[in-house]
Amino acid sequence: MDPIYLDHNATTPVDTQVVDAMIPYMSQNFGNASSVHNFGRDAKVALENAREIVASHINCEPTELYFTSGGTESDNIAILGTAEKYKHKKNHLMVGATEHHAVLETAEYLHKKNGFELDVIPVDKDGFISADSINELITDKTFLTSIMLANNETGTIQNLIPLVGAVQTKRALFHTDAVQAIGKIKVDVKELGVDLLSLTAHKIYGPKGIGALFVKQGVRLEPLFYGGSHEKKRRPGTENIAGAVGLAKTLEIAQSRMEADHKLLTELSDYFILKVQSVLPDVYLNGPKENRIPQTVNLSFQGAEGESLLLGLDLKGIAVSSGSACTSGATEPSHVLQAMGIDKVISQGAIRFSMGRSTTKEQLDYVISVLPEVVNRLRELSPIYNK
Amino acid sequence: MANKVLVAMSGGVDSSVAAFLLKEQGYDVVGAHMKLWDYVEVGGDIYKDGRCCTIDSITDCRVVCDAINAPFYVLNMSRHFRDTVIEDFVSEYDKGRTPNPCIQCNSNVKWTEFLRKAEELGCDYIATGHYSFIEQNKNGRWHIRKGVDVTRDQSYVLWGVSQEALSKTLMPLGGLLKKEVREIAHKYKLRTADKAESREICFVLDDDYRRFLIEMAEKNNKSYVPGEIVHADGRVLGQHKGTAFYTIGQRKGMGISHPTPLYVQVIDVENNRVIVGDNDTLFKSELVADSLNWIAIDSQSEPFDALVKIRYLHEPSEATVLPQADNSVRIVFKDSQRAITPGQSVVFYDNDVLLGGGLIVE
Repeated sequence: MDPIYLDHNATTPVDTQVVDAMIPYMSQNFGNASSVHNFGRDAKVALENAREIVASHINCEPTELYFTSGGTESDNIAILGTAEKYKHKKNHLMVGATEHHAVLETAEYLHKKNGFELDVIPVDKDGFISADSINELITDKTFLTSIMLANNETGTIQNLIPLVGAVQTKRALFHTDAVQAIGKIKVDVKELGVDLLSLTAHKIYGPKGIGALFVKQGVRLEPLFYGGSHEKKRRPGTENIAGAVGLAKTLEIAQSRMEADHKLLTELSDYFILKVQSVLPDVYLNGPKENRIPQTVNLSFQGAEGESLLLGLDLKGIAVSSGSACTSGATEPSHVLQAMGIDKVISQGAIRFSMGRSTTKEQLDYVISVLPEVVNRLRELSPIYNK
Repeated sequence: MANKVLVAMSGGVDSSVAAFLLKEQGYDVVGAHMKLWDYVEVGGDIYKDGRCCTIDSITDCRVVCDAINAPFYVLNMSRHFRDTVIEDFVSEYDKGRTPNPCIQCNSNVKWTEFLRKAEELGCDYIATGHYSFIEQNKNGRWHIRKGVDVTRDQSYVLWGVSQEALSKTLMPLGGLLKKEVREIAHKYKLRTADKAESREICFVLDDDYRRFLIEMAEKNNKSYVPGEIVHADGRVLGQHKGTAFYTIGQRKGMGISHPTPLYVQVIDVENNRVIVGDNDTLFKSELVADSLNWIAIDSQSEPFDALVKIRYLHEPSEATVLPQADNSVRIVFKDSQRAITPGQSVVFYDNDVLLGGGLIVE
């Protein structure tokens, strides 16, 4: 059996149509979009066309969309950029407890190194945040609240609209990290009402190193970089034309197959959860059954440590993840599951299976056939599992 | 199916070559790096080179494993390491003893937790880059024998490993000289071929254990209490900064002036005193050890003669080991030994075979 990739929330293979769309902007139309000449003009047109496509995907104006290197950079510009702008008037920010490290660590940095007040908004057992929690924590000094649209570990889709309302009533800005939602569910910035939104290409069959930040007309922020006047000085640096073209193509494809993908992935993940629970006892789904990005299946195998499970499956050619992949190779307990109040013993046995367009029922059947051997070995060696 | 082995890789040349040799011998090799501590906890600079547990050394392991086509993982054991090795290190100094954390790590992390991880991954063995042989002797016991390169012998820190654990351990470098190991690494272009030797206490980055103890104490809102430095004849000679900062036989750094050189004789925690005296009085011919573990022989009831080593850099000396009723041993040396230090390990050999060991109590 070829290796099976069930880690699509970490990253995805680039769609060949996307590669084809990008190639002309590597060697052939290689111009610098800032150049006045013919070469530059071609690049500039490609860039602006891409911007229009991406903007239309999230229903914003092209003038409100800034290309970046990806989710982490977009999150950083949104948080650090508004903090810098508002620091003389307001000094309080809030972030969800289950945010990606790109948001959490950035907020912690402002708090620990720059004297900002920080509140971490609690979540319920499925990862949802209530407007009441926001009302309890928000103050007149709050300049920004950052809450992700879909969670990378559990797939929880946050109902942002009431949360955005609660924040904006207090004249604070709302940022959402939509990296795990974009291309998988409808993302409409007008409907959501958010002020800032981060997205990236590589989670949805696009290239790594390209993303975007939506900044609503009228929202002010300071740049992190200084240089030329690219991206209206909000993100200087020679534009990544091939990347932008790739991101646009990625979103076009995602748009065209969103419904079909959603249906397929819902069927596959429902099948998978049911099957796993039928071959093994004491397996729990972390996160909600409904309002979840269906490709994300976070399962706890009680009595088996997530780290060992992950390695055991890798040795069988099955690629999954425990916790977030962004912790430099060493596995740490998941802050997401901890925030959801999941029992420590159960959260230690958590594994994230994230499916994608190439996932087949046959692959899942193979995983289901291998899981009992790996899990039972761990349970037998476990001092705490009650056999 | 080939036997599967989990190789403990530090990022150094020894464990790299160990992994390589096992692969050559047909084992199904999996490499793993134990992440034992982090910089937030122990202080120090993550960007410094040449340490284990750094991103750079992890990268070295990764590249070596890729070259030999073995999967590689980082295993986070920092919580376990802190709870066993680091806590023991601090508390031993508090008790006026001089610990050897490598022994704690081997007994309570490598040959327990790491071995458990190996079993979890379906591995039959673990392997390390120690220059020793592991053999089953005619009594059916698994023993450790010094490797061909006696200058690299680390059997002293292995006395606490259980029989069960030894039976599942491979040490492929036993028959090689360090020079040959480097040659193999060069020949097969392993990235770690020229890496410098690792150090003794991995988590004390600047080799200043006193700085480490002070930082750990500050984190726990604890402080060391100064007291008197007293001559064996009763004269008070000066002040110490806390008994934990002194070890038996120490001469430098005491801040006292005396016409003849003075050495730490006794760390008297109870009375918060450090007792000093002449070099001559440091020589003793007896010690008592407990927490014993037997390697080549089963636990003994009758006295026996052995070569006995009392610290890492100590030439094994002839002695008689006298087992006591309370599971301790009394050891009587033929010639008296300098600076026998409570907390250090005492290890017994029959020529180059490790018989067993324990912790010096007095």
